[in-house]
Amino acid sequence: MILKLDPQTIYLVGGVLVLLVISSLIGWVLAKRITGGKGRATIDNLNARIRAWWLMVAVFGLAMATGGIGSILLFALTSFFALREFITLTPTRAGDHRSLFWAFFIILPLQYYLIAIKWYGLFAIMIPVYAFLFIPIRSAIAGDCANFLERTAKIQWGLMICIYCVSHVPALLTLDLPGYAGQNGKLMFYFVLVAQISDVLQYVWGKTLGRHKIAPNVSPNKTWEGFAGGVVSATLIGAALWWATPFTPLQSAGMSLVITLMGFCGGLVMSAIKRDRGVKDYGNMIQGHGGVLDRIDSLCFAAPVFFHFTRYFFS
Amino acid sequence: MKSLLAGLAKTLTGASARWLGCAPDTRQRIYFANHTSNLDALVIWAALPPPVRALTRPVAARDYWTKGRVRPYLANHIFHALLIERRKPTMTDNPLKEMLTALGERHSLILFPEGGRQADGKMAPFKSGLYHLAKHRSDVELVPVLIENLNRILPKGEFLPVPLLGGVNFGTPLHLEPGEAKEAFLQRAQAAIREMLRP
Repeated sequence: MILKLDPQTIYLVGGVLVLLVISSLIGWVLAKRITGGKGRATIDNLNARIRAWWLMVAVFGLAMATGGIGSILLFALTSFFALREFITLTPTRAGDHRSLFWAFFIILPLQYYLIAIKWYGLFAIMIPVYAFLFIPIRSAIAGDCANFLERTAKIQWGLMICIYCVSHVPALLTLDLPGYAGQNGKLMFYFVLVAQISDVLQYVWGKTLGRHKIAPNVSPNKTWEGFAGGVVSATLIGAALWWATPFTPLQSAGMSLVITLMGFCGGLVMSAIKRDRGVKDYGNMIQGHGGVLDRIDSLCFAAPVFFHFTRYFFS
Repeated sequence: MKSLLAGLAKTLTGASARWLGCAPDTRQRIYFANHTSNLDALVIWAALPPPVRALTRPVAARDYWTKGRVRPYLANHIFHALLIERRKPTMTDNPLKEMLTALGERHSLILFPEGGRQADGKMAPFKSGLYHLAKHRSDVELVPVLIENLNRILPKGEFLPVPLLGGVNFGTPLHLEPGEAKEAFLQRAQAAIREMLRP
């Protein structure tokens, strides 16, 4: 499960580093050239985002270098911070306190433990079946009926998005892919890279060419130009990375298309929740990006679908 | 030990301090806050920068903080809390006198004018201690503090905290106006906290 330093891994990591250096240079030049007005705020935010990317790449790289267990721990922590942001934003009542305690300290570690021991049969259903039934039981025992269904649904949603969906990223390490044994670390790297670069490219295309908004009420920054440009360019990049995956170039393009489309939908859905709650971001943990959940909204939706597509067609 | 506990409190509650109406300062102040959780005093105390923290004493209920072994240790050695009688104040055991003594020339206080925690998260009417303090010490700034979400992190009657994101907001300092009546002042003070609530 450990990320071996084979040439392909070095190309992937090296490519990301080159990309970061180029972005930092572009950010630096833009900061020199644009010194005032509304554009300046965008450039400052861009540079804050790039700096945060360096940090995120470093953390992700370190987690992968320590092998499977490092990646599982990293995504468990990510789930923890995401769930914290999610529940903070969704009103619950004192009667949910014990259910929430279970969510954070028992269900979350258990899900990642099941992934660590590669028990597919249980980690695939633990939250959708057992936690789904357990949460309303625990809240009912607490005896507070006000908005019961609504409160329960919110906690279940938090569990599904922040724990279950996110946990499918390190779950890629458990897949048994013929002819690809011991290389699953690269598959995870590929998935995160395509999902995140799709976000970045949608942002870049949207900022440069964006004119026609897709859903102005939900996410004012999402435009048709950004969407099309991002999806096409990220799919092409994904296809070009086929050598690091168990896929052929065409299959890799298809998989990348699935990742980018699901990622786009994830961003849209998670924005709708933010707009409903009247906030711009889920938190402020990552400079320039907002909260953890703002950064991983696309991963949440893409991970389980990518996991099951890969499992069904390739294992 | 003190900074360790302060760090722990900040991590656990994710409590970000927002100085909305004033900047952190070592001048004499009374921080008065809504009371929602047993963690309140700890979280405000932790949100203050260390030099301010060293001069600031939380005012707490003697009946609660003298029970057991851990609470008295925390109250005396960590927070340097001022423990007052909240049930039946008498002439000889009057919290006001103790609070004025504790303020002295350099210290600040953290006060919960509701006198107790409310289970539903709504604010109870303020007790008059804040008014009397303001009257005796017009030189001391009264800083409204809004504590957010701590009643969800550790509700009344629970002992295991849930790690949500809390917030400590410091508002614009206020003073007792000349001739202002007790009720009017207490309501104004409470409104100053409520104002910071985000819709």
